[in-house]
Amino acid sequence: MNASTPNRVAAVAAERLTKVYGSGNTEVVAMNDVSLQVQRGEVVALLGPSGAGKSTLLTALGLVNPPTRGRIAIGGQPVLDGDQPLTDLRAFRRQHLGFVFQKANLIPFLTAVENVQVALEINEVTPRQARRRALELLDYLGVAERAGNLPEALSGGQQQRVAVARALANDPSLILADEPTAALDSHRGRQVMELFCRVAHERGAAVIVVTHDHRALDVFDRTFEMEDGRLRPGHSA
Amino acid sequence: MNLALRDIRHNRARFALTTLGIGLLLMIVMGMGGIYRGLIAEATLLVDRIGADLWLVQASTRGPFAEISRVAGNLEDRARAVPGVASARRFVSHTVQREHRGRPLRIVVQGLSWPEDRGDWLPLIAGRPLRQAHYEMVADRSLGLALGEQVRLGKDVYRVVGLTQGMVGSGGDGLGFFSVADAQAIQFDEPPEATRLERAARFDRVVANDLGRVQPLLADRSAGTSANIPAFGQPLVSAVMVTVKPGANPAAVADTFRRWPDVTVYSTAAQKDLLLSGMVDKARRQLGLFRVLLVIISTIIMALIIYTLTLDKLHDLAMLKLMGARNRVLAGLILQQSLLIGALGYALAWWLGQYAFPRFPRLVVIQTPDLIALAGIVLGISVLASLLGIWKAMRVEPNKVLAT
Repeated sequence: MNASTPNRVAAVAAERLTKVYGSGNTEVVAMNDVSLQVQRGEVVALLGPSGAGKSTLLTALGLVNPPTRGRIAIGGQPVLDGDQPLTDLRAFRRQHLGFVFQKANLIPFLTAVENVQVALEINEVTPRQARRRALELLDYLGVAERAGNLPEALSGGQQQRVAVARALANDPSLILADEPTAALDSHRGRQVMELFCRVAHERGAAVIVVTHDHRALDVFDRTFEMEDGRLRPGHSA
Repeated sequence: MNLALRDIRHNRARFALTTLGIGLLLMIVMGMGGIYRGLIAEATLLVDRIGADLWLVQASTRGPFAEISRVAGNLEDRARAVPGVASARRFVSHTVQREHRGRPLRIVVQGLSWPEDRGDWLPLIAGRPLRQAHYEMVADRSLGLALGEQVRLGKDVYRVVGLTQGMVGSGGDGLGFFSVADAQAIQFDEPPEATRLERAARFDRVVANDLGRVQPLLADRSAGTSANIPAFGQPLVSAVMVTVKPGANPAAVADTFRRWPDVTVYSTAAQKDLLLSGMVDKARRQLGLFRVLLVIISTIIMALIIYTLTLDKLHDLAMLKLMGARNRVLAGLILQQSLLIGALGYALAWWLGQYAFPRFPRLVVIQTPDLIALAGIVLGISVLASLLGIWKAMRVEPNKVLAT
């Protein structure tokens, strides 16, 4: 299934992605001939039942679980051809990608501001600049007053906001979110989804969100549904 | 931002306990080295302090420290007659253990060749050297005796007139300095009944042969004190110490003594070699082996702790990898923690040692070169201990984050 939006340089362009686990009798096709283009500033939802291949697609786009076949280009730059990297994937992740998960996955021994700061420092930003930028991001996301707190002292919603701030730290062209509202109540879940929209529209990042939550689909620019490893367009918001 | 310090800040208690454990282990390693140095110092202390150039001991023996040596007391006079000899002193040394104030008191009894040697060379911290030929002693502080205290040894009571510090024998027992005559009296003390029995036996032996029968006066004399029998020599001494005249060649003087068939001569350096190669060598090897084992144990404990700390952080390390952190960032985090544990453990070992080592029953000598060597070893084991953790961190996959 091809769900592309041509004419502009896509934030991410995946072409005929296939992921096969095992071989012979144990072969499982987790993702089958999936193509997808998402523009900067666009927020896209990936829906589908468990085991449909949503996370497989997300990890392939996140360059942590290469597809068996297919090509991925991010910001117009080809980065994967099948399972062959065309660039230093770790460095590319550092500079161009942001991740948000169901759990915030904050580093427990770092404060909120340090969790954001570390993402900048591993991208060679000086500590002072990183600190300033991290505080700006926390302020942007409304959790600046908790900057000095360890994750254990933050609520689930606050932790998720810090995780979003961390994902935004290096001004990525693509943010990948895997069920980011699953651990939140509907109100906070919607707040996070709206946050993604705001980030995408104000900062020009493309956001792909894997979600089961159908109550906040109205915030997405486009939705896709995955079933049995295949991708098809969902209803438009 | 230093991730290693941030992690430690979050795990203060575990880190502190780990450092304490490593510190105590390193203190034992440090102490073992110090005990070895102390053994050497104690073994050679007397030889160094006594200031003799040559030692005359019983022929074919390695006495008086490494084994028993017995020479006649008048060897002192023969030695004085040798050209180039400035002075010769009798040397008596033996260990006694007596009950004093309800506790065992072990003294290495050291005879000073009164009146030439009154112990003026002793490092006194209180009191004075000997001033009379009998019933005075200079005691080392480690014996626990106070100035003016009286100690019964054999039939006589000796008053402590001076105190030294750090004067102990190769076995770690404190030295007590007496005149040679007193030292021999302590050594050869026997109960009155034994003396009476010996005199009676002596009388029986004399009257049982012709000499006693034709000279009754001789038989009477034999039943008296041994001092009144000219045929009996002076009590034996352990060795005679010789000091060579300034300008005289000690080797030439030693050559003269070597021609005497009843003695063996050692220079001070040779005497120290005998001590170190004999008595101290096995202790050195034993302590060395213990040190190696403790270093290995420290390395294993550090490695296991660092590995466990790494396992606890695997999810966070995977997250850092997912965010694009370089391997050196992750390796640096683990290595820095290992080095910090090693460095703080080392500092703690040194600090604790300052308080603990002086309370050890044996002398502990911590030397700067040993401290530097141990610092190098700690650096090495810290790096080694981190390798297992680093290996584990390098293997963690970033998509481990997605699995939880």
